[in-house]
Amino acid sequence: MGETEHASGSRLKSGIDIRRVREADLDHIVGLDERVTELAKPDYWRDIFERYATRRVHERFFLVAEASGDTPEFKVLGYIVGEVRGWEFGSEPCGWVFAFAVEPGTRLQGIGEQLFEAISTEFRSAGMKIMRTMVPRQNQLHMAFFRSEGMVAGPYIQLEMELDW
Amino acid sequence: MQKSSRLAIYALIELASDPKRQVSVSEIGEKYRVSAHHLAKVMHTLGRAGLVSSIRGVGGGYCFSGNARRTTLLDVIGLFEDTSGECKLADVAQATPVEWALFDVMCEIDDIEKATLGAITISTMLKQIARREKSAAEPTARSARG
Repeated sequence: MGETEHASGSRLKSGIDIRRVREADLDHIVGLDERVTELAKPDYWRDIFERYATRRVHERFFLVAEASGDTPEFKVLGYIVGEVRGWEFGSEPCGWVFAFAVEPGTRLQGIGEQLFEAISTEFRSAGMKIMRTMVPRQNQLHMAFFRSEGMVAGPYIQLEMELDW
Repeated sequence: MQKSSRLAIYALIELASDPKRQVSVSEIGEKYRVSAHHLAKVMHTLGRAGLVSSIRGVGGGYCFSGNARRTTLLDVIGLFEDTSGECKLADVAQATPVEWALFDVMCEIDDIEKATLGAITISTMLKQIARREKSAAEPTARSARG
């Protein structure tokens, strides 16, 4: 247990526990992701679990928000995944958040904020001073959320190109 | 951003920081160094949009009546400027590759601007101001970014 079991700052508010992911959560996470993105990705999440919940867990954080108390409709109400990344184009090590979701019917109850605070605490404990993420411009929900938590445009800009021309 | 949009954002932040407080146009005008006349027109537009309420009489003024967590900067700007329009190319039929390439660049910038303004609510601005004030009060803390 220990390192892989509980994230710091668990049970931040009544009714919600923030903790490290467990294997038994995977089906719930796949279901939540599918409800949000309308695409089931069980293989992807199995791989993410193997990589982010079982290896180098001192710098990889796969956290879930779990409803405590009475049998809730959904067991896992949200998740956030991130890791310490460093030296990409000279970037000093920073905390990278690359997956985040909250059960649609339970939004605006502070669950996302608790997940965000918990992973911030983990990155801080790992010695990080900066936390980054990448969000599609049209995803106003995530954009607004990360903005409200204090994130602003960073010094890097994301570029891409189509490879089939 | 046009001056009216900027004034509207200043006024809304001023009022939303304490929704119970009534603030006069002249008070806001003095704080942001703008004419009460110009500001009165801006407040009228905000009132029609339901973002502020006016209280008449002695001690009257305006108070915030919108939803600070739902009102974005883009919403406010849209009351004073056309934010709905797509990036425009003057003459599509005659446009050269050079004009199209510049058009693509301008659209890219426009998209980023809209996405940013559409993601920042009045509530988020209040938090950002609080962080800036805290940072100013702690000179050794992280310096201003950008």
